[in-house]
Amino acid sequence: MTTIIRPYGDTLDDGAVQLSFTLPVPFGPRGREAARLFVEKLGFRHAEIVHAAPLSEGFSFYVAYGRTETSIDVDTIHVEEATGEKLYSMNEACAAIRARLGRKLVVVGACTGFDAHTVGIDAIMNMKGYNHHYGLERYQEVEAHNLGAQVPNEKLIDYAVKVNADAILVSQIVTQKDVHIRNLTELIELLEARGLRERFVVCAGGSRISNKLAVELGYDAGFGQGTYAEHVATFLIEKLGVRS
Amino acid sequence: MEKRLHLPPERIDRARELAKRIVAPVQEFIEAHTTVTVERATLRLAGADGADADGVPVPNLVVDQLRDRLEEGALKYWVNALLRTGEGVAGLNRRVADGLRVSDLPLADPIALEGKAAELVSACTMRVRGNRTLREERLGRYAGKNHSPLLYVIVATGNIHEDVKQARAAAEQGADVVAVIRTTAQSLLDYVPYGATTEGFGGTYATQENFRIMRAALDEVVEKEGRYVYLTNYASGLCMPEIAAMGALERLDMMLNDSMYGILFRDINMYRTFVDQKFSRMINAWAGVIINTGEDNYLTTSDAVEKAYTVLASQFLNERFAFAAGLQPWQMGLGHAFEMDPTIRNGFLMELSQALMAREIFPEAPLKYMPPTKFMTGDIFRGVVQNALFNFVSQMTGQGIHLLGMLTEAIHTPFMQDRFLALENAKYVMNNMADLGDEVTFRHDGIIVRRAQAVLEESIAFLEKIDATGLMPAIEQGLFADIKRPRDMGKGLEGLRKKAENYWNPFETHLQRELGL
Repeated sequence: MTTIIRPYGDTLDDGAVQLSFTLPVPFGPRGREAARLFVEKLGFRHAEIVHAAPLSEGFSFYVAYGRTETSIDVDTIHVEEATGEKLYSMNEACAAIRARLGRKLVVVGACTGFDAHTVGIDAIMNMKGYNHHYGLERYQEVEAHNLGAQVPNEKLIDYAVKVNADAILVSQIVTQKDVHIRNLTELIELLEARGLRERFVVCAGGSRISNKLAVELGYDAGFGQGTYAEHVATFLIEKLGVRS
Repeated sequence: MEKRLHLPPERIDRARELAKRIVAPVQEFIEAHTTVTVERATLRLAGADGADADGVPVPNLVVDQLRDRLEEGALKYWVNALLRTGEGVAGLNRRVADGLRVSDLPLADPIALEGKAAELVSACTMRVRGNRTLREERLGRYAGKNHSPLLYVIVATGNIHEDVKQARAAAEQGADVVAVIRTTAQSLLDYVPYGATTEGFGGTYATQENFRIMRAALDEVVEKEGRYVYLTNYASGLCMPEIAAMGALERLDMMLNDSMYGILFRDINMYRTFVDQKFSRMINAWAGVIINTGEDNYLTTSDAVEKAYTVLASQFLNERFAFAAGLQPWQMGLGHAFEMDPTIRNGFLMELSQALMAREIFPEAPLKYMPPTKFMTGDIFRGVVQNALFNFVSQMTGQGIHLLGMLTEAIHTPFMQDRFLALENAKYVMNNMADLGDEVTFRHDGIIVRRAQAVLEESIAFLEKIDATGLMPAIEQGLFADIKRPRDMGKGLEGLRKKAENYWNPFETHLQRELGL
């Protein structure tokens, strides 16, 4: 089966797309035309620059609309997310842990390296959670240890061993110059060097982390934008439930 | 400004009295101690600068040589080395970088040391006073050209030369304040790197050369646009006083500078931080720098509705620590933030209430208001609306320093166009409703008035609890931000020294005199 789709403005298959960008040219008719030609070159028809503004001496800003012929066959798409359609709510997760593990699930989380942004790990772990989704600390059947920010990978591993963790959650928010890749890779290498990789389920999270990226780096799963504690808990239960 | 929240003055006085009592015993501890970075800051004020072939800064080389003699104050050995070698400051910097051990030179006559130190203090005072005068002259010449509140943007490319382009663009578009975000690792470095830098993660190293480069670039915009542009950096982390010293020398105008942020959010030892913040604030006070405190951080880790009182309590404590370091109210950019969950019914009313509460309780402080971050998402279109509401509250309640919210807050460090759109948003909202605040009074029994009164009462109850516990034990027990920090743990403790009987620091003495401490 094939289902061909294009972006939708107000008519099926009109292919309407909205763009905004900056060009390193001064504001003026030439800049505007450069922006229009650029949008055309991206493959858009009816490219229209609906707004242009000077940013500073050599830079200008554009808002553009265009229509595209490009289409996607959604039936050929294969997505690899850490969790499937089925998500446990907090209570369901706790019931599943009781039934399938018969003890508390021990989770250690941290923001590693020099990354000081705990917003991600806090959203998943803190009692309060995020956006009305409680964090793992709130789960009766989860023993959650949030080590906070700027935790060295070695320390994280030591701690996970000490509390006999089932899972390690690593958050990386700062991604400038791919520092997160180095940090995440180092954790896996350290675990492997110490013969501990198979002992823990290891997950990476962050606004620029995908499941695909994390798996490539040797993690069991990766969680990006829109992740709540339920997603992580569901994955851990499925993974550990299979193991035990 | 007319008081509209009907906050009982005696309750505000009560909170201030509690803050005074809480801070007093900590001040006693502070007076009796110094740290490696306080000593290095003193050396920097005296002209120590440069680095050896391995990049170790000269102030660190000197302090590291002294070890247990550090408790006498490092400056003595620096001044002595100037006398013994006959070198000027630049010459001595080179000699130390090449391996000269100032700790090995026999000590000169105390009177000669005093005389030489007085020269150094005088030279530094000339420079810092010159910077203050120049700033005041420009602010006077271009009076009325800055926005009110001041519009504050950040640049964070990691490369000082790229930062310059972004900062100039933002200043030309109307930004009044430019802050160069530091690389994420810097707060935990126990030294300040030397020279211009082009590599950093999530920000750019704070170095004296980088300060100089950015100051010069912004000064060009000042003349071109006919509007003063404030330059901001971070006197925080393990080198608080050194960064303050560099800022005083290079005419930075604002410094992020909190009395407890490093302890709670960077796990820096509390003794170390308390001692460091005092000297850094004395330098800031002396240099005419406006500090920005970090209360917004309480709300990014805890709930903004439930924990609003921790912000106000921290503002009272920061104010007291600031007074104790000689800062004037106009220099106290006490922090708070617009961080409530946008789905809360009447959340806007509570934000408005709290912003106005801070304004009424600290009438002379240029309050530093932080934008939504925690509840910003990839939905940039909603983000624009959130920022517009934030701009609205800030204008209506007369905030002092307004950190512009970015529509792409949750996605990346700002693009040039993101800053432009933020500035356009703020200018539109703030101009369009410029005097609305003066038109409005609030119901005595309404949500806004009651919210402010409740938060004040909760803050007083919290301060009473801290007063009964003691500030250091309260931090150990996790009363702030639910974070527990034992007093003998955390980074930088090894850099703490009890001052010896013969501790000698003519810069500190000079600052105390100038600041009337």
